[in-house]
Amino acid sequence: MSAFQQILRSNEDSILTSWLKGMSSSTRRSDLIDDADLKQQVKEFLRLFTEAAQISSDIQSAAYVSVREFLKQIAKSRMDRGFSPADTAMFILSLKEPVFVALKDTLKGNPSELVTEIWSSGDLLDKLAMLTVDTAIGFREQTISRQQEEMLELSTPVVKLWDGIVALPLIGTLDSARTQVVMESLLTAIVETNSQVAIIDITGVPTVDTLVAQHLIKTITAARLMGAECFLSGIRPAIAQTIVHLGIDLADIQTKAKLSDAFSIALRILGKSVVSARTAQASSKIKEE
Amino acid sequence: MDRIPILKVGDCLLVTIQVDMHDELAMSLQEDLTSQIAKHASRGVLIDISSLEVVDSFIGRMLANIAAMSRVLDAQTVLTGMQPAVAITLVELGMSLPGIKTALNVERGMELLREFTQQNVGLEDSDGSED
Amino acid sequence: MALKTETFPIATSDDVVRVRQVTRIWSTELKFSLVDQTKFVTATSELARNTLEHGGGGTMTAEIIENGTRRGLRLTFRDEGPGISDINLALRDGYTTGGGMGLGLSGSKRLVNEFDIKSEPGRGTVVTIVRWK
Repeated sequence: MSAFQQILRSNEDSILTSWLKGMSSSTRRSDLIDDADLKQQVKEFLRLFTEAAQISSDIQSAAYVSVREFLKQIAKSRMDRGFSPADTAMFILSLKEPVFVALKDTLKGNPSELVTEIWSSGDLLDKLAMLTVDTAIGFREQTISRQQEEMLELSTPVVKLWDGIVALPLIGTLDSARTQVVMESLLTAIVETNSQVAIIDITGVPTVDTLVAQHLIKTITAARLMGAECFLSGIRPAIAQTIVHLGIDLADIQTKAKLSDAFSIALRILGKSVVSARTAQASSKIKEE
Repeated sequence: MDRIPILKVGDCLLVTIQVDMHDELAMSLQEDLTSQIAKHASRGVLIDISSLEVVDSFIGRMLANIAAMSRVLDAQTVLTGMQPAVAITLVELGMSLPGIKTALNVERGMELLREFTQQNVGLEDSDGSED
Repeated sequence: MALKTETFPIATSDDVVRVRQVTRIWSTELKFSLVDQTKFVTATSELARNTLEHGGGGTMTAEIIENGTRRGLRLTFRDEGPGISDINLALRDGYTTGGGMGLGLSGSKRLVNEFDIKSEPGRGTVVTIVRWK
């Protein structure tokens, strides 16, 4: 059994105490975690780690399963509380000092063994710290991507203009991911509202590049394939120029500069028209083709 | 072998595709429909695919064939209920389903067919062109 | 690194239906969006049918793979059929030997994140597709 394994086994308590004491205030983050919780985490980790270290020094081995699981939990709970990935790693790295001190005491008379033990135990703890950082970063990425999805959903509202007519007013720049979500929400809305006409209004879109134009064309084609009519409105002169300049062919697609014109066309497609109330009263029904 | 049931509704035929068809089933549907159109001198065929979660190029071809054969037999075909995910995939695949009219649902599809059978006027194809 | 692997035979048209369903189930496990699932299952259908009809039958191997923090589904279609002599031609839209619309291979390429094909006349064909979450 190596000196490192021995020390962990027989000095668990004193290492625990000096580890806690030694955590400098920046690592300690008492603003994010209280003493009792920290002590609990430290104790549990040391216990699992000591057991695993007796069996192996390979952190990917089966012996370290409970250590890895515990670290994943710590990483997650720390990320939730607001620790940075680096702070989370310091949890492990601050264990080095008490371990090295204990090793130095035990191996005083044997410098070469001392160096070997410091090297291998340091390496082991470094690897565990890396694992913790990776996990912490992974959690952060998950949170970011979930938030991105939520933002996308919020920013693509489909509006019902009339029975059978829906409009999708797009605002802001369109990137590939957003345009795909937009496509799906519009098509789903068409089915759900049983709409025969869909108008995509891009008044609020400052620029359109080839990719976005292609996505819009695909959306319109898909809507037609499903049995609804779909066209664009709100094309500003600048965008019209870009479209021509990029050589994008909108041949098949109806476009209207103003949403109001598009709405008129939509009504016509549905066979409806708007007449003044007085006239309506006079003829006593809304004209329908 | 299972065959997909074909319902006669007035002078139209109604088919609802609800299963994930293997190729032979798709082919037998094509044959059955053609012979039924001829037998009843149907003027319209409505194929509802609202339960179909996947339409690949083989099914697409089958639908286009059915539309073409119906036309030869003087009947109009309407496809209803295409799911958004299917529509997006077909567009990506590059399939335009030429010669097939589409409608959002069976109700709307029957209206379209009624217009056709009563007036015998050409309707706009799903790709925007007139018959 | 594959987290889960299974191979399925493609010998009958029922098998084509089955591998579609397998792909659907595995895609659901990986929580692909509905549209991504549909695209991937459709690509599976095209390639499985090619394996059956042009390759004389073969297999599909499904693997759940990992690349850093993201997961994906990789499908490999293998057959020992006549092979394709001109792959570039076969990948062009509209090209068909089967009297169809010729969109099987070229279309499938557009439905997936990664697409790879290896084929030689007389030595069969291997097509690999991947969709990442």
